[in-house]
Amino acid sequence: MKKVAVLVILALRGSQLFAQTPAASDNAWTNPGVMITISLILIILVIAVYLVALKVNNLVKTVRERRIRREAKYLAKSLQDLSTGEVREELIKRKQALDFKLSNTELSGENAPDDKKGLLHNVAEVNTPRFIATKKKAVKRPDIDPKLTKLILWYLGSATFWLVLGTSVGEYLGIKFVAPDVDHVSWLSFGRLRPVHTNMVFWGWSSLAMIGLGYYVVSTVSNTVVASLKWGWYALYLINASVILGSISLMAGINNAGGEYREYIWPIMLLFAIGLVITLINYLQTIARRKTKEIYISNWYIVAAVMFTIVIALVGYLPFWQNGLGETIAQGYYMHQGVGMWFMLFNLGLIYYFLPQQLNTPIYSYSLGILAFWTQILFYTLIGTHHFIFSAIPWWLQTVAIIGSMGMLIPVFAGTTNFLMTFRGNFHRIGSSYTLPFYLVGIIFYFTGSSQGTAEAFRSANLYWHFTDFTVAHSHLTMYGIIAFMLWASIYTLVPRLTGKEPRQSLVGAHFWMALIGLLFYTIPLMIGGTLKGISWQEGKPFIDSVVLMAPYWLWRAIGGSLMWASHLIFAYNLYYMIVSKEETDLQKAVFEELNKLPANTSKQ
Amino acid sequence: MEIYNNHKRLFGAAIILFIVLTMFAAILPALNEEKNSSPLPGSKAPTADETAGKGIFIREGCIACHTQQVRNVDMDKMWGSRPGIAADYARIKRIDIWRNTAMLMGSERTGPDLTNIGVRQSSQDWHLLHLYNPRSVVEQSIMPAYSWLFEVKDYAFPGDVVLHVPDEYRKGITGQIVATKEALQLVAYLKSLKQVSLPDGKPTPIFLYDKNSKEAGTKKTSAASKVSEPQFDGAALYATNCQSCHQGNGEGLAGAFPPLKGSKVVLDDNPEVQITIIMKGYNGRVSEGYGVMTPVGTNNNLKPEEVAAIINHERSNWGNNSKQVTVDEVKKIITGFKTDNSKTAKK
Repeated sequence: MKKVAVLVILALRGSQLFAQTPAASDNAWTNPGVMITISLILIILVIAVYLVALKVNNLVKTVRERRIRREAKYLAKSLQDLSTGEVREELIKRKQALDFKLSNTELSGENAPDDKKGLLHNVAEVNTPRFIATKKKAVKRPDIDPKLTKLILWYLGSATFWLVLGTSVGEYLGIKFVAPDVDHVSWLSFGRLRPVHTNMVFWGWSSLAMIGLGYYVVSTVSNTVVASLKWGWYALYLINASVILGSISLMAGINNAGGEYREYIWPIMLLFAIGLVITLINYLQTIARRKTKEIYISNWYIVAAVMFTIVIALVGYLPFWQNGLGETIAQGYYMHQGVGMWFMLFNLGLIYYFLPQQLNTPIYSYSLGILAFWTQILFYTLIGTHHFIFSAIPWWLQTVAIIGSMGMLIPVFAGTTNFLMTFRGNFHRIGSSYTLPFYLVGIIFYFTGSSQGTAEAFRSANLYWHFTDFTVAHSHLTMYGIIAFMLWASIYTLVPRLTGKEPRQSLVGAHFWMALIGLLFYTIPLMIGGTLKGISWQEGKPFIDSVVLMAPYWLWRAIGGSLMWASHLIFAYNLYYMIVSKEETDLQKAVFEELNKLPANTSKQ
Repeated sequence: MEIYNNHKRLFGAAIILFIVLTMFAAILPALNEEKNSSPLPGSKAPTADETAGKGIFIREGCIACHTQQVRNVDMDKMWGSRPGIAADYARIKRIDIWRNTAMLMGSERTGPDLTNIGVRQSSQDWHLLHLYNPRSVVEQSIMPAYSWLFEVKDYAFPGDVVLHVPDEYRKGITGQIVATKEALQLVAYLKSLKQVSLPDGKPTPIFLYDKNSKEAGTKKTSAASKVSEPQFDGAALYATNCQSCHQGNGEGLAGAFPPLKGSKVVLDDNPEVQITIIMKGYNGRVSEGYGVMTPVGTNNNLKPEEVAAIINHERSNWGNNSKQVTVDEVKKIITGFKTDNSKTAKK
């Protein structure tokens, strides 16, 4: 309820502000790019409103039931006062008729149930009051090599560590917009910390989580074991070392001269790249030993992501084409391929495995997957320079990038259709699962966030949004709304299978809602403010006006950011709980353990 | 299909497609740019101090908020007199073996673009105060304070650059606040950022999406209220060109920038001195501790209409109430300078 109210206020607030600039509204709000984005935001809002409406509906039902009971009481009382002998007799008769109950044994007979064929598993009994609807338990998987489990858990554990640390830095940066004098320490100044935040969540959180989950998916869909667990560990050490050294050096003021996401100097990034090469070889060797004939679609995406990222890192860091504007072209290519070919491609691979797995249904269409795969390579590779529209780089290259951005609608539509059609017929399961909401949000943001990217690339829309906080909102919609949500979906799916321990549902719910609401509070104000900022620039107002007008939106961003950050603490606790919580002793298991001990003793004698 | 059953073919095809497209969209255009652009004849190689200053600019991550690119769109006119072209960046090469080329074009404009900051704001005093604490000169600024580029001394040595920081930003510091070498280098770098004019005969790229050409239709409805001079908003021009030093309340900063409120020059009915200071700069009050005023009007290419709007804003605010000037008066006085200049040039 609160959320709806706040969103409405936000919307009204925005429209008030728009009302103050009637002249500009002619241009901005009829712009195709702006209109597309607004409709994309509306999609998210509609879904959020739908989810809230479901909750409200339940509440209304409860209230109505209470009222009916109260009326019944009153009716009974008045009837009692009325009763004369005849009425009484009638009533008693009727009561007997109504009180007739089946004995519950009409069909089953009196015999005790006996499961002779072993059909029943996991009979769930509820002995405690339930404050939260019980969600479906994770399915137990056949045994997984404990060594692989350990490796994956270490990947996920260090990823989560970087998530918490990296978003703490991000949260602090968000506060600095509101309180710029919060500290005067060189190591903590905005310019130095910003790349610490971005690189830490990129290479520390998302990358490590992806590679860790990849080890499970690549080997599982190949129906074989991982080629070398030892190499997996080496890659883990190298990437962690890269993030540690990189963060320290950035804070010390040593950076690679400012290209976004390649702020780590090359010797530090080299550690990451070696980690990637090792991972690639390991994945490829695992696939080469597969026991299935075909290569499952997940593995195309995952291996392609690792291969491409090695190329991307080489293009970004080799010095041969980096003088003058060459650097800018390489930068546009590097940063956008980094997000689209590394994070997006890899995550799609994970989703192509985990989503059908979790829904217990095959992926809707293999052909759509193939279409999305090849068109993503074809179009995405071209779009890097759309970060430098109207700059000094060649006009034709900018145009190619814009066309590529429009082409991206094909893989995005294909992918979204594929996932949603896989969901079809299973939407009712969302309510009874604590992982599926993460998938759904990830898929919705995949659609809206990616399409927003296309809209932003139009020259006419770029005019308003380039250089403003709109870009910041966009990158959080995608890197957080898509990537982080998909990773959480996969982690909550996989870890209980690895460890046999489930997180507390209430805390998973808290994580989900705080992250989602936080993200909306973070991004929507920034998009509104960013647009107003662009309009202010276009009107030629003094620059400082555009700083002043952002203040309320930056405050909202800090509030949303705090919610997101708090949700990560909960997520970290959930992961901890799934890994090291003490398992409640299961009677059945304990008996088997005891039994196992006995014959061992007897056989020795 | 066979390709989906053979990992060598599948991944081989994917990587080849990717590399071919990469060559087309990134590497070849980058190599081509590198080969085909050379520095403008008017540009100078940076001095040692400017280079060191750029290093500090990079170290502090200023690029997170400041762009250095004037796009060929109308709204970027305020950041330079012409759109940036490849030749503007041709001098920028790899820094050293460890670090890449620092183009510093940026992707976020939380703060102003700096392509032409050396022209727009050429006062060292202002830059130093602004770096020490931006809010001491621009109240609403959210830029970080770079106080570690300054040191506190009991007594300033000769040659030390001492800052006149307003009391509320001293935070109890009683000694002298002195700029370190790094601060001076950084300011030297910022002051060196100037757009170089194109050599004669080379066509200047135009700014696109010019608002004025489109606005003709809409103006009829919206600008009915202010028919007289809709284009020159004195308050906005003052905010853009003057406010960073003389402040929004016209009171300046004690010990750094003199007040305009109640200023003799502003209250003088004859605007000649005021216009001269705006167009040619002023160093008459340095002995009182005030900084040197740079020729803001000339640096920022202000039109006579704009100068008049600024002057009238200054003359009618903060309790000031002196005679308003007309555009013609301003034009006359400015043309006067030009003939003076040509005379001195002839001599």
